[in-house]
Amino acid sequence: MEEISLNSKKIAEYLNEGKRFDNRKPEEFRELSIETGVSLNAEGSARVKLGNTDVIVGVKLATAEPYADSPNKGNFMVSAELSPMSSSRFESGPPKFPVIEFGRVLDRGLRESGFINWEALCIKPGERVWTVFVDIYTINDDGNLMDAAGIGAIAAMKTAKLPAYDEETKKIDYKNPTENPLPLNNVTPIAITAYKIGNKILVDPTREEQDAATARVTIGSSDGIISSVQKGEETPMTPEEMGEAFDLADKAYKEVFKNLEKQIK
Amino acid sequence: MTEFKRMDGRKLTEMRPVAAQVGIIPNADGSAMFKSGKTIAYAAVYGPKEHHPRNQRNPKKGTLRCRYNMISFSVNDRIRPGPSRRSTEISKITEWALAPALMLENFPGMVIDVHINIIQADAGTRCAGINAAAMALAHAGLPMNDMISSVSAGKLDKTLVIDLDKAEEDFEEGEGPTDIPVSMTHSGKVTHLQLDGKINKEELKEAINMAKDACEEIYKIQKEALKNVGKLIEGDKK
Repeated sequence: MEEISLNSKKIAEYLNEGKRFDNRKPEEFRELSIETGVSLNAEGSARVKLGNTDVIVGVKLATAEPYADSPNKGNFMVSAELSPMSSSRFESGPPKFPVIEFGRVLDRGLRESGFINWEALCIKPGERVWTVFVDIYTINDDGNLMDAAGIGAIAAMKTAKLPAYDEETKKIDYKNPTENPLPLNNVTPIAITAYKIGNKILVDPTREEQDAATARVTIGSSDGIISSVQKGEETPMTPEEMGEAFDLADKAYKEVFKNLEKQIK
Repeated sequence: MTEFKRMDGRKLTEMRPVAAQVGIIPNADGSAMFKSGKTIAYAAVYGPKEHHPRNQRNPKKGTLRCRYNMISFSVNDRIRPGPSRRSTEISKITEWALAPALMLENFPGMVIDVHINIIQADAGTRCAGINAAAMALAHAGLPMNDMISSVSAGKLDKTLVIDLDKAEEDFEEGEGPTDIPVSMTHSGKVTHLQLDGKINKEELKEAINMAKDACEEIYKIQKEALKNVGKLIEGDKK
């Protein structure tokens, strides 16, 4: 812990002079690589590397009864595992708050943006709909797992194909995916998290930077329209700092979006 | 016996194409990937470190603690995240398979954590996990007195084969499939053997011999990958 507080102090001092240890600008992401189709038994999958941060995201589909209040809409669930493989800080065992928040924040960003065409996930109204599971596994944590996972979720969903479904037998034939993509609308809800370190705001922190942060705000938006926000941790932020976070997230969104479009075909 | 044709055209003693890479997870003290056909396993080692909870400490020697996990989308029907009866058993089997190669007496009261994730499954996942974990332990610089390699021997109807894939595990003709995952030290001692199916003792002895030869091939790949950290090493194309 002593090491962390020493690093944090130095990082905050440096930032006050307008510098990051790796010379990035506050709104600048690390090198982003996106590989899709990394796990063949998933309906869609992606591996995202953001510097040394590494996550795998998969989409699985199953059928279920619809919820009573949405008889003609599909179901959606995002869950994450902060795998002990990816950091000595993560432990096996039942999910604790950070991992639950992680899944829920990403879930809201994807759900609220109108990304998913819910009606097209209905097989038979009131009886059978598709459930879309998005599962996230961390492989290596070097900060900003949340944004990497969000990018992975979009890449996996955009490349997912529906499996064949037999309405007579109600069986899914996973071995024969159809050519039909997951029904999505033309929005791309990327979650960008801004972190407050000292009096500065930045995005895409390394692990050391994230440890130095005292507050964060995750902004899910698509093309300038914000559809989910979560302010996290105890330290308050002024409206000006919030505004700065929105501006940084907007700039970062544009870069990440361009990159995403280029890397997934 | 020579009449038997495997579905993917492999020879009876031929493994699926294997690949290995050491040093895939920067945070870990040791890490490795092992791939056999379409089965992919990642392993990460953290430790030796203080053993918590305290009451599980062994004051005489260190503890090897493995956690085998199939990720939810590694198979056709999504697996609910979290431990299952199956994964709990395989985790323990993995500890037993690997521990004999480790000099745990050097680390009294400490624990070595091994985390295995199956990224993509097409049978033979426990063997792939053990192969990856053995490399990750060596990569972590832990003192070892031997290497561990693992492969599944098997019998399809009446024919002995090596390294069953999922399609072969689901084989239904004649006597059906027998699956025999085996792990061995490089010096040839069996540290793990399980069997599911029907087989006589002569055939089983022969299956173990076949597994020994396959383990020798796997050992070569593991060694090559450990010498070339960060580089993807692929087995010989047949």
